[in-house]
Amino acid sequence: MSDARLSVFKTYKLYVGGKFPRSESGRVYEVSDSKGKWLANAPLSSRKDARDAVVAARKAFGGWSGATAYNRGQILYRIAEMLEGRRDQYVQEVADAEGLSKSKAGVQVDAAIDRWVWYAGWTDKIAQVVGGGNPVAGPFFNLSSPEPTGVVAVLAPQESSFLGLVSVVAPVIATGNTAVVIASEKSPLPALSLGEVLATSDLPGGVVNILSGRTAEIAAPLAAHQDVNAIDLAGADEALAKELEIAAADNLKRVLRPQPVDEWSATPGTERMTAFLETKTVWHPTGSLGASGSSY
Amino acid sequence: MAPAFEYAPAPESRAIVDIAPSYGLFIDGEFADAADGKVFKTVSPSTEEVLSEVAEAGEADVDRAVKAARKAFEKWSALPGSERAKYLFRIARIIQERSRELAVLETLDNGKPIKETRDADLPLVAAHFFYYAGWADKLGHAGFGTNPQPLGVAGQVIPWNFPLLMLAWKIAPALATGNTVVLKPAETTPLSALFFADVCRQAGLPRGVVNIVTGDGRTGAALVAHPDVNKVAFTGSTAVGKEIARAVAGTRKKLTLELGGKGANIVFDDAPIDQAVEGIVNGIFFNQGQVCCAGSRLLVQESIHDELLDSLKRRLSTLRLGDPLDKNTDIGAINSAEQLARITALADQGEAEGAERWSPACELPSSGYWFAPTLFTNVTQAHTVARDEIFGPVLSVLTFRTPDEAVAKANNTQYGLSAGIWTEKGSRILAVANKLRAGVVWSNTFNKFDPTSPFGGYKESGFGREGGRHGLEAYLDV
Repeated sequence: MSDARLSVFKTYKLYVGGKFPRSESGRVYEVSDSKGKWLANAPLSSRKDARDAVVAARKAFGGWSGATAYNRGQILYRIAEMLEGRRDQYVQEVADAEGLSKSKAGVQVDAAIDRWVWYAGWTDKIAQVVGGGNPVAGPFFNLSSPEPTGVVAVLAPQESSFLGLVSVVAPVIATGNTAVVIASEKSPLPALSLGEVLATSDLPGGVVNILSGRTAEIAAPLAAHQDVNAIDLAGADEALAKELEIAAADNLKRVLRPQPVDEWSATPGTERMTAFLETKTVWHPTGSLGASGSSY
Repeated sequence: MAPAFEYAPAPESRAIVDIAPSYGLFIDGEFADAADGKVFKTVSPSTEEVLSEVAEAGEADVDRAVKAARKAFEKWSALPGSERAKYLFRIARIIQERSRELAVLETLDNGKPIKETRDADLPLVAAHFFYYAGWADKLGHAGFGTNPQPLGVAGQVIPWNFPLLMLAWKIAPALATGNTVVLKPAETTPLSALFFADVCRQAGLPRGVVNIVTGDGRTGAALVAHPDVNKVAFTGSTAVGKEIARAVAGTRKKLTLELGGKGANIVFDDAPIDQAVEGIVNGIFFNQGQVCCAGSRLLVQESIHDELLDSLKRRLSTLRLGDPLDKNTDIGAINSAEQLARITALADQGEAEGAERWSPACELPSSGYWFAPTLFTNVTQAHTVARDEIFGPVLSVLTFRTPDEAVAKANNTQYGLSAGIWTEKGSRILAVANKLRAGVVWSNTFNKFDPTSPFGGYKESGFGREGGRHGLEAYLDV
């Protein structure tokens, strides 16, 4: 009996609407490690896959945005718990994807796990930080509150395949948006595997949808899609970003332009959350208890 | 039935305003003609009288204005916030001092009733400057980091419906945060911005901090496209907003847009009818309905439809349309012949599509641009008058049976600027307000504005907020 057991390969699939479909196109592309060694075939998503993902994200928006902030926080924390348990898998995948040593990949994965924890804590605080009462000059109660903008298309960073990915997805969903995410084109495997964790973290299906393939091909229909409310261009180069921003103007999507990021491990601010928040201001007359009133 | 008493005319005197026969562009602290000498006329919409002749800025003038603003930026942004604050406080106080003059001027150039310019526009203009003045030395406490920085030169393009108020919404936060500005007022209402230039002069504002370039859409396009503009702020139509969004794509220019709307005013069966009627009238006939956040769709619960419509029609019959300078006037003139033609065409289309049209008996003056208050009933969601922004005194009435249906209908629009809710039930207000996709929700009131209260839209009504702490973000490097 041979002691060299033949390993079982994983078929990497998309994550859409809480399920793991192949690309409807039947297409795949080869993914290699930094030395050019074949790692796996990843789905080469089509425009139709992108549109299906938007449908799933829209369907999930009502429930997710309507969930309590506390509930969203617990689910984001649960994602961190699930990732922690599968840390070794992601260290391996990130090491392969980015050509890092195990220890350097471990730093990336740890930071990604901690990032989920960071945003888990934000879900029920951001409204207090960016919203509040306004002292209008009249007898009115007046309150401004942040609300999620809706379905957000996210072009994940091309280089940082896992920490970068988590750093752009977590802030979008922490506040109640739902997301259609395009994984790093060259290194999509950690992103596709993230779907496995999301699927087992009580995150409702459709809140995060993950596509792999050619960024430009998938992003174009998303940027032009009338039922997408916003787009994060983190993973677009200059030319693509401009083209997508022009397309996004058709229904006035909120656009987060590519920002120079030196180091994804730095503690993020609130900008990635506020970029996809609307402010709603509600007025109501306060009435009056009479001119004399009471001193106490 | 004839009214018991006729009103005697009670016109506000226009002697308080001295309008010059011509105005230049206000660039680098001085008035100057356009480089190519082009001018255009501005008329009083209520009489078609020519009020003045104004320079039309071309690309060269816009470039000169941007250069002046750039040059002024270095010193202005380096001033201690407390000093910038004092300039803005001065401006606020001078506006209060000159508010009657500016109100009459605005009424002449815009056509809106003096009652509104005197009691709404001008007090809000002064309050806006006063509010943002106080922020100038407190920016590190505004939640944008300890030392947020200005962006540079702001190019600002504003509409004709609230000329001076929109100027205040743009200039006050921009200056408080240390930016300098080039502002283009609307083609049909350039005068109050040019008078504001004089306010800046009186306040001793350093030259180049505020520049005013008058002109039409081409002037605005040149300003938006200027490579040395760091920030673009636009209030106007959604179509132009989209063009601007495309124009700044791929640049580092920060953009905020405040665009169109088709606000739903939702009246439940338990609402206090008389108050709701006042709110509906205010919602759609304030400023002749030429308001982006107008409550132009009335959603009324089916069971009270007839009762509410009877009250509403009775109330509309008492509105007084005519001389905007008359202190008893409720409905003034439409701002321009072009806008009147658009309102007329959309109302005619409403009729052609089968909606039922009604206006009170109402005599329109023989000269000027006028449109009688108009209601459409039997309106469905597919009707053009229920979908397109009319930007005029035209209300479309739809019905609903359940709160869910009201919310679904209210949200069935590409816009998302404002909405109104009328009900005595608190939990229903909060539930409905929560579901409405709109930036401002007025419950048991409508069309209330305040400098401390953020204003702006969801969806295709634009992005960014003006007013309040939120309004600072548009002008800071955050």
